[in-house]
Amino acid sequence: MTDITNQSLNEIIENVKTKKVSSTDLTKAYIKNIESAKKLNAFVTTTFEHALAKAKQFDNKPNFDQLLPGIPLAVKDLFCTENTKTTAGSNILNNFIPSYESTVTKNLWDSGSFLLGKLNCDEFAMGSSNETSHYGNVINPVGDKLVPGGSSGGSSSALAADLTPATIGTDTGGSIRQPASFTGTVGLKPTYGLCSRWGIVAFASSLDQAGPMTKTIKDCAIMLEAMSGFDEKDSTSINKKKDQYSKNLKDNIKGLKIGIPKEYRVDNMPKEVDELWEKGKKILKDLGAQLIDISLPHTKYALPTYYIVAPAEASSNLARYDGVRYGYRSTQGKDLIEMYEKTRSEGFGDEVKRRILIGTYVLSSGYYDAYYLKAQKVRQLIKKDFDDSFKKIDAILTPSTPSSAFKIGEKTNDPVSMYLNDIFTVPVNLAGLPALSMPAGVDKQSHPLGLQLIGKALDEQKILNIGYAFEKNCGFKNEIKKWWS
Amino acid sequence: MSLDKEKIKHVAKLARISVDEAKVESLTKDLNSIFKFIEQLNELNTDKVEPLTSILNHSLRSRKDEISDGKIREKILKNSPKANEEFFVVPKVVE
Repeated sequence: MTDITNQSLNEIIENVKTKKVSSTDLTKAYIKNIESAKKLNAFVTTTFEHALAKAKQFDNKPNFDQLLPGIPLAVKDLFCTENTKTTAGSNILNNFIPSYESTVTKNLWDSGSFLLGKLNCDEFAMGSSNETSHYGNVINPVGDKLVPGGSSGGSSSALAADLTPATIGTDTGGSIRQPASFTGTVGLKPTYGLCSRWGIVAFASSLDQAGPMTKTIKDCAIMLEAMSGFDEKDSTSINKKKDQYSKNLKDNIKGLKIGIPKEYRVDNMPKEVDELWEKGKKILKDLGAQLIDISLPHTKYALPTYYIVAPAEASSNLARYDGVRYGYRSTQGKDLIEMYEKTRSEGFGDEVKRRILIGTYVLSSGYYDAYYLKAQKVRQLIKKDFDDSFKKIDAILTPSTPSSAFKIGEKTNDPVSMYLNDIFTVPVNLAGLPALSMPAGVDKQSHPLGLQLIGKALDEQKILNIGYAFEKNCGFKNEIKKWWS
Repeated sequence: MSLDKEKIKHVAKLARISVDEAKVESLTKDLNSIFKFIEQLNELNTDKVEPLTSILNHSLRSRKDEISDGKIREKILKNSPKANEEFFVVPKVVE
């Protein structure tokens, strides 16, 4: 029998539906893969017993009309899962067992899937390489010295290594798209408000969005359809009818206008990234799309804006970790204030502390106008750049990242160089737009590289369609050798 | 502008994070390089720009102020690092 896990989610669903494989056999195959991939350190927690029980339940009483019939799924450890430990990659939540389920994971389970385990990530999703996790570095299946990207690094690693048929991550400044690009997989950050934030450990509430990470565009459409939808419990959730992204997927993109922003050609960008972008343009043009040069003049200010807005929101969101109601508490400290200070000092890692301090400072009395208000104004300009461009185009094509996966330890001593990795992904979060990273090729070292498609708000179907057409004509195949097992 | 060690200790106090004396030096260096990067924004004139306070086109919904959940004290206290039967327990505040 061929490897049942080395296939797309869509193919796996077909195999379950046509009874070529049972949910139990499928689950067992993933458990075997996970057990032989401990070197990758993609998992913080596994829930094998739960998964096997759910698989058995499904096989006894199958419902093939669901979107994800009998499919085991591992998810980023930022989603609260009822009765299953949820750490957010942090020591401060090392013993936190939620008494509730996040809306997004509940939507997945209601579609027929069940939890296989919780995936490693940067602490509170703050990082671009998964090196800030309290639970150790995650290894990129592409190479044993490479980071898997971040913050959804456990998700990208597990997906590329066939440890889960699809997964979900969260994206505040690129945390889905950058790891997807680094592992040769597909990642989508939806429009702000499309997927509920309820029950997701909060980082920066005006930027955070959950989204799918998959092997193919079709899989991405299936997952988005399953996880999205209006939720009363999230005040920023958009109230609209659920879209049937997978059913409506079309590969005809004739006549679509694709914007090419000149500001995304940055200094010191490797030649291969530029060549890949050219290749992407050519493919879309050959498929009948029209390329249009555009300008997004405030692009270079997106990262500095992000590094005010995101830490400011984080400092406020992370104030809840006080060692009183849940999570870690220090045994040091002789009074209440000292207990708080020691708990937070021992519970948070260096990057999280850095960002809390930045956020506290930019919001503090006397500095608010100079930093936070200024950033909100520039955020307006960045959004306006996109609004103006989208009057004349359907979507924007850019590289996903300025380089392929870098080595573990390469950027840890210089926070700003780490931040620069998100230069192409951050503007989209500031503007609340949907964006897709799709694998497009490899560099000289055979490391995958991705291209990004940015759409108008709520135009997920269109960028999925463009991605679908691109995928069929790009000829990319993710050649990962299973060196770890 | 630059952040000195005293300022950083003050901000850490506001954020309720104790900082090891040994780490203040490297923290000061990192934060200053980040702020140097952030301050590129000063190149832009934003006098006539309205701050963006919400990315959504609609205003936030409100809901009826009524109880929809409750009576789960036991469940909630289970995650507490220190609790007696009914309350969260903290170090003594009043002598």
